[in-house]
Amino acid sequence: MKRGIRSVAATLAVCAGGTAFAMPEAAGSVQRQPLNTTAIAMFVVFVLTTLGITYWSASKTRSMKDFYNAGGGISGFQNGLALAGDYMSAAALLGLTSMIFFNGYDGMIYAVSFFVAWPLLMFLFAERIRNLGQVTIADIASFRLDQQRVRTLMAFGSLTVVCFYLVAQMVGAGQLIQLLFGLRYEYAVVVVGVLMAVYVTFGGMVATTWVQIIKAVLMLFGATLLAVLALRYFGFSLDAMFAQAVAAHGTAIMLPSKLVSDPFAMLSLSVALVFGTSGLPHILMRFFTVPDAKAARKSVFVATGFIGYFFVLVAVLGVAAIVIVGRNGIFYEGGVAGGKLIGGGNMPVMHLARAMGGDLVLGFLSAVAFATILAVVAGLTMAGTSAISHDLYAMVIRKNRADPRKEKRVSRVASIAIAGVAIVLGIVFKEQNIAFLVSMTYSVAASVNFPILALAIYWKGLTTRGALLGGVAGLVSAVGLVVLSPAVWVKVLGHSAAIFPYDYPAIVSMSIAFLCTWLGSVTDRGARAIRERQRFDDQFIRGQTGIGASGAASH
Amino acid sequence: MITPTAIDIIRTTPAFAQLVARRRKFVVCLTLGTLLPYYAFVLAAGFAPRLLAQKLFAGSAITLGWPLGVALIVGTWILTGVYIRRANSEFDDLTTRIVAGDLK
Repeated sequence: MKRGIRSVAATLAVCAGGTAFAMPEAAGSVQRQPLNTTAIAMFVVFVLTTLGITYWSASKTRSMKDFYNAGGGISGFQNGLALAGDYMSAAALLGLTSMIFFNGYDGMIYAVSFFVAWPLLMFLFAERIRNLGQVTIADIASFRLDQQRVRTLMAFGSLTVVCFYLVAQMVGAGQLIQLLFGLRYEYAVVVVGVLMAVYVTFGGMVATTWVQIIKAVLMLFGATLLAVLALRYFGFSLDAMFAQAVAAHGTAIMLPSKLVSDPFAMLSLSVALVFGTSGLPHILMRFFTVPDAKAARKSVFVATGFIGYFFVLVAVLGVAAIVIVGRNGIFYEGGVAGGKLIGGGNMPVMHLARAMGGDLVLGFLSAVAFATILAVVAGLTMAGTSAISHDLYAMVIRKNRADPRKEKRVSRVASIAIAGVAIVLGIVFKEQNIAFLVSMTYSVAASVNFPILALAIYWKGLTTRGALLGGVAGLVSAVGLVVLSPAVWVKVLGHSAAIFPYDYPAIVSMSIAFLCTWLGSVTDRGARAIRERQRFDDQFIRGQTGIGASGAASH
Repeated sequence: MITPTAIDIIRTTPAFAQLVARRRKFVVCLTLGTLLPYYAFVLAAGFAPRLLAQKLFAGSAITLGWPLGVALIVGTWILTGVYIRRANSEFDDLTTRIVAGDLK
């Protein structure tokens, strides 16, 4: 039973983080596959296109505002596609289909859990964030609070999230390149690290946005094509598809299986996903790229639609793979269906692509999967860079009186440094079990960024002291509990039993963060606290109406 | 920037109070409309899995859980559409009036 919970968590890690593994037995080193020239050629075309876009973006990026948020000149629809691109990770495609392939209905529950964060972003955050901030989420948290300390806290919250997520993506990229392209792990890590630094350093937010948009379109096209091909195999009858899947795999695929073993683990995980998404800096910063609140809400509507459509396709692909891949010996080592899948547990959708469309479709989907990682890390690097050059350098160290040329230089150093750290850690973590990195990302986002942001926007009583107390408590409890959880305590540190039983501690650490923030705020009776509460009205009116918010494109 | 008097004026006007009250009520309803069905679904999967494994209708291979999951995705997406419709018309109109200084 314990093993069941852990493998569910590991699979989830795949979905969220972009690591290449769905099944526990695949953890460790992946078998490098034969060289896939179709996929490599298609990927090279993608890279050349995006480099062309970066060159074009560089000419459009004059001010720091252009660099950070594309001058607010991205349209609602474009931003919606870019947001969807951020969220439709390689792992959502590989991991969720693999989860349905092996565990049936469980995969659908995860798909829904990933999705539900989006409507909430729309109702609670999108417009307020657009109206209150300009460059980073720290702008919003420190709107009426202490610029130095609260901004520093939020910048570190963002950097922590970015760092964990980046390393997870780097390791995922390394594993994918061995599986899909037949190239060495280290190549992937270096190529990804260099390209993301180039996109961000030269093209800023404009390039990052267009990389996301192109990738989102490719991903949606690839998944649609494959789903249509798969459905054609069943004569476009869903009933026939499910009937054959049950025949192939037994009725167990229709039951939530591993989740039943511990509903509380499922609950804690869903809290981490739903609220963690609302604290991911690279997602939230996208709301600053549109001209106004109206465009912000349109972008969430568009993003939510595409993401929902994508998850429904993923469900179809997973069930189709049960029949088409699961009953076909050529996809298994030794040629016997039901044994060990060639390439490991994350390959069902790739095998499905080959079965339905031959090497061409397989190559296309492989290139898309790798392009996806590139787009996501570019967004993460952008978020990390603005936390360093805008929050820490321009606002905290220079107190909003930074020379734009020096700020530009800091941003370049920051993006290159982030890429360097990501490359080094990507190689260091090569043979490590990195499932915990994803849990860390979502738990910190849900326990530091989300509570402070939500309370800063909605609760008049919040003070600097409360935010600092809650933020630090959230960070310490999230990181601490992940370390004590099975993902680190048992799998990385090698102890026999975990001290904290759940891989996703967000339900506990987020509550601790909210409680400490509240306690630190209500007991704060200082003159500063009174001023901060008074300034809530100014912030509230701006958040509601957009009065005083930065306008559209500045060029 | 907004001057303190302008803030006081806006804060006390009926149009602003109307905007805040209507939007708050609407957002609370939509948020609950998303979270309650979703957590009901999660709890059903955790505690009553057989419920989700029921056949959609006699003779069908599809079980209730699959269309239910799709319905949750499509349904909450429609809610975001419902929000946009009202925000683009009613809330934006009110906001335009407030910003223009028409505060009755």
